[in-house]
Amino acid sequence: MNKAARQALIVTSTALLVACAGPKETVVLLPSPSGQDTALTVTQGSRQVLLAQPYAGARVGRGAVEAYPSNAQEVQARYGAALAAQPLTPVQFTLFFVENKDEFTDESKRIVDGVFIEIAKRPVADVFVIGHTDTVGSDAVNDALSRQRAEVVRAAFVARGLPIDKVVVIGRGKRELAVPTGDGVSEPRNRRVEILVR
Amino acid sequence: MTSLWLRRGRGLLVVLFALCAAVPALADVGQIKVATGQVLVDRKGQTLPGRVGMPLETDDVVRTGTDGSVGITMRDNSLLSAGPNSILSLERFEFDPTTNDGRFDAQLRRGTLAVVSGRIAKKTPQAMTVRTPSATLGVRGTEFVVSVDE
Repeated sequence: MNKAARQALIVTSTALLVACAGPKETVVLLPSPSGQDTALTVTQGSRQVLLAQPYAGARVGRGAVEAYPSNAQEVQARYGAALAAQPLTPVQFTLFFVENKDEFTDESKRIVDGVFIEIAKRPVADVFVIGHTDTVGSDAVNDALSRQRAEVVRAAFVARGLPIDKVVVIGRGKRELAVPTGDGVSEPRNRRVEILVR
Repeated sequence: MTSLWLRRGRGLLVVLFALCAAVPALADVGQIKVATGQVLVDRKGQTLPGRVGMPLETDDVVRTGTDGSVGITMRDNSLLSAGPNSILSLERFEFDPTTNDGRFDAQLRRGTLAVVSGRIAKKTPQAMTVRTPSATLGVRGTEFVVSVDE
């Protein structure tokens, strides 16, 4: 075998080895801040590993999935930049309303301050304001009232200096009850506006 | 006369854009909330700079440079964030905000990714997956990290 052919063989076999090793992949389940049960399945072909404990990890190579214990230090070293770029968790608030009116109840006025703090934390906040009613009255009346309640909330934000184009206002009438009731039932917990800050 | 028309036309366009900005388009599946260093978005054969506030669409491929990182909030409140030298593809996203039913498939082709699953995975544990070149991660309501080395 001449030199060129030998070199070509070495290059080819190295390339093959690299191709066979394939990309090295790692997965680690993190602790859930809310404390709820979490789990992740890692599947490759017919092989599957279940990760169900905090810092349970899996390495995936060509033709193999292998469980391994990771830890907070390893996660920080390897994923620190990705974790640092995590957006703020979206937050939801609920404001309650006086029966048949578009006025907040008194404790809801204080919640509005909390909403404003969350908006201010975000460089680009999307805000969704979704109005609801209880089941007293017709669909037409409740659709209008739910929309009106949501508009009141938007007006409160605008009055505090939130740019108006960041708020989406929706009225759902009595279609999505927080507390299921029959028709024509006065229920304070259904007279609400939900606010999502994302 | 022509310039007056042009000016009016432009004014109308500005109004139309303002309206578009007020209501997120249906095509939007998420938004870039955090961007540092180089962040690019490949969309329909074009490469766009990825900026904070940019809406994302299905089939967008988000890439970060050696100094880059990006954080994305999806419409179902899922959070995806990628470190340097990463390629993340938003392959499929369907979501009904009323019922929380939907389907979300993303793929990490390279780099590092941190995930907090959102309302889709909470409602239907099999409805969200993150793929890597050789494996599929089935998300059951969870936070995790995944990396793909070349």
